[in-house]
Amino acid sequence: MKIHEYQAKEILRQYGVATPRGIACFNVDEAVNAAQQLGGDTWVVKAQIYAGGRGKGGGVKIAQSIEEVRELAGNMFGMQLVTHQTGPDGQTVHRLFIEEGVSIVTEYYVGMVVDRDSQRVCMMTSAEGGMDIEQVAAETPEKIHKLMIDPIAGISDDEALDMAAKTGIPDASRGAAATLLKGLYKAFDDKDASLAEINPLVLTADNHILALDAKMNFDDNALFRHPEIASLRDLDEEEPLEIEASEHDLSYIPLDGNIGCLVNGAGLAMATMDIIKLYGGNPANFLDVGGGATAEKVTEAFKLMLKNPKLEAILVNIFGGIMRCDVIAEGVVQAAREVRLTVPLVVRLEGTNVKLGKQILADSGLSVIAAGNMADAAQKVVRAAENA
Amino acid sequence: MSILINQNSRVMTQGITGKTGQFHTRMCREYANGQSCFVAGVNPRKPGENFEGIPVYGTVREAREATGATVSVIYVPPPYAAAAIDEAVEAELDLVICITEGIPVRDMIRTRYKMRGKKTRLIGPNCPGIITPDEIKIGIMPGYIHKKGRIGVVSRSGTLTYEAVAQLMEQGLGQSTCIGIGGDPVNGLKHLDVMRLFNDDDETDAVLMVGEIGGTDEEESARWIKDNMRKPVVGFIAGVTAPPGKRMGHAGAIISGGKGTAQEKLAVMEECGIQVTRNPAEMGKLLKSALG
Repeated sequence: MKIHEYQAKEILRQYGVATPRGIACFNVDEAVNAAQQLGGDTWVVKAQIYAGGRGKGGGVKIAQSIEEVRELAGNMFGMQLVTHQTGPDGQTVHRLFIEEGVSIVTEYYVGMVVDRDSQRVCMMTSAEGGMDIEQVAAETPEKIHKLMIDPIAGISDDEALDMAAKTGIPDASRGAAATLLKGLYKAFDDKDASLAEINPLVLTADNHILALDAKMNFDDNALFRHPEIASLRDLDEEEPLEIEASEHDLSYIPLDGNIGCLVNGAGLAMATMDIIKLYGGNPANFLDVGGGATAEKVTEAFKLMLKNPKLEAILVNIFGGIMRCDVIAEGVVQAAREVRLTVPLVVRLEGTNVKLGKQILADSGLSVIAAGNMADAAQKVVRAAENA
Repeated sequence: MSILINQNSRVMTQGITGKTGQFHTRMCREYANGQSCFVAGVNPRKPGENFEGIPVYGTVREAREATGATVSVIYVPPPYAAAAIDEAVEAELDLVICITEGIPVRDMIRTRYKMRGKKTRLIGPNCPGIITPDEIKIGIMPGYIHKKGRIGVVSRSGTLTYEAVAQLMEQGLGQSTCIGIGGDPVNGLKHLDVMRLFNDDDETDAVLMVGEIGGTDEEESARWIKDNMRKPVVGFIAGVTAPPGKRMGHAGAIISGGKGTAQEKLAVMEECGIQVTRNPAEMGKLLKSALG
């Protein structure tokens, strides 16, 4: 799960991570009030969307007067902010964050992720702050310093000071930086984060170390023990179809193509997309109905796929293990009754109760194109989509 | 031979009294020698009870001492599953298979840390389990699609493994052991660990390795295979069409920071002399051709 910058900063402040002062706003008047309340003569107006690259896309602007705050906020609310992470349509801006301006001397980078190889949380820092860190990692990996954190002991003072030194933070500010790094890890660990990033971390003219930006993602599997995080979910930031899918406990990801896929199991679902592509087609979605699907769940999955206007054919690929093919077949028939099936449907069933499943489909009177194996299914659905 | 489990393995079920634990313990018991293999259940709140004749103990240690079981399979719900693994490790079992899906990564990091230097091997979590066909199945895979033979199968997913097995069967190829290592980012045995076991197994002639996007397990395994493997290995990687930054169902199946793409994995595998196919319908055929 993702949250906004201002929410991440609020969490991090509770762990002793210093940030500029700021106030979140939902309309222009609130933005103006926020600037007045913060005082000073420079403010940063920041669009709050989950995607990164906001600055380059015009979502982060400096204001030198209250009037300018008003003007910038007026322009930003409701704009479609396009960044390299949003896709071509961009993301509508519903929230702004007004922060006091700070005078920056140096920018650094700090990030944390779970490192799969060492099976620990990895802290990464770099003196190349503010840059695209993936580019730094790819081109000059020696400029990224890594620390694999002991899950029981956490980060020691020495380790934190050492990281600050390697990152090039001046002597006078290393103590403050070490405190910040330790706080960042504590927040990551306490809140079951899956990613935390401060880019940039800055040294200010008055020698403060501040998190100028902040990003945190959380482990969905741990949200049950963090209602305070779960409550931050912003549905405006999510695809409506993905929200609907999550309500039915379906794993659904929309893609650009025209062939809908309904599959049980994530690995087989990916392989099904791959084979469609291999035979010249384009998958419209990833959809894993999971291991314990009921007929109702399959029906919901169908409805979801059919909401995609680009959809021109559907492939159902099921290897029944625990999930029985007859249950899937009933779901398909039920779905076809409830929603008018306007596109060709190719079904490949294998595994538990496969004969019964095929019989149910045959008896239903639906025009189902039956397929014998994955290759046959992919070829048939690609052809069906081409002829649609 | 087979690897890790055979008809002489004695198994306890942690979480035997839950709906999932009950259902699958029943299915496993009905498979091949399951009746003599599944000897104990564990539930701290129900010691002294029994599940269809299988005695339930309060702790893993008690179950081990009473029945001699050295293998455990876990169906405990996600908030308590990592603690269940810890208990099995503390009781010095040989092998733990954790089927549970949805365990927080933070819990698994701590569990894996505590496992350092311990004898227990872990398969999973979030996996279908392990089967030595016609001897014993521990997990949720449909037993009847398998047949005893000489091909090893290792995979990160569930149904895609069943697909692979079905394709082997179409070629008339049975399996020595099939292992699903699971789709989570922090887990137990990796492709490489399983490959070592298959390499040393006299009854495995070749291995089918099924991977997916995310992480670098497949690459590491491939590099090891190049220098050490004495048997043919063929592979498939799911997720060539997966967009970066999107989690494809499994917590571990995500391309992030430019790492873990299917293309990269396939390229490394080919460099290491592993025959790969980009067509998931041809895994069985490819393995057959590799046998020569």
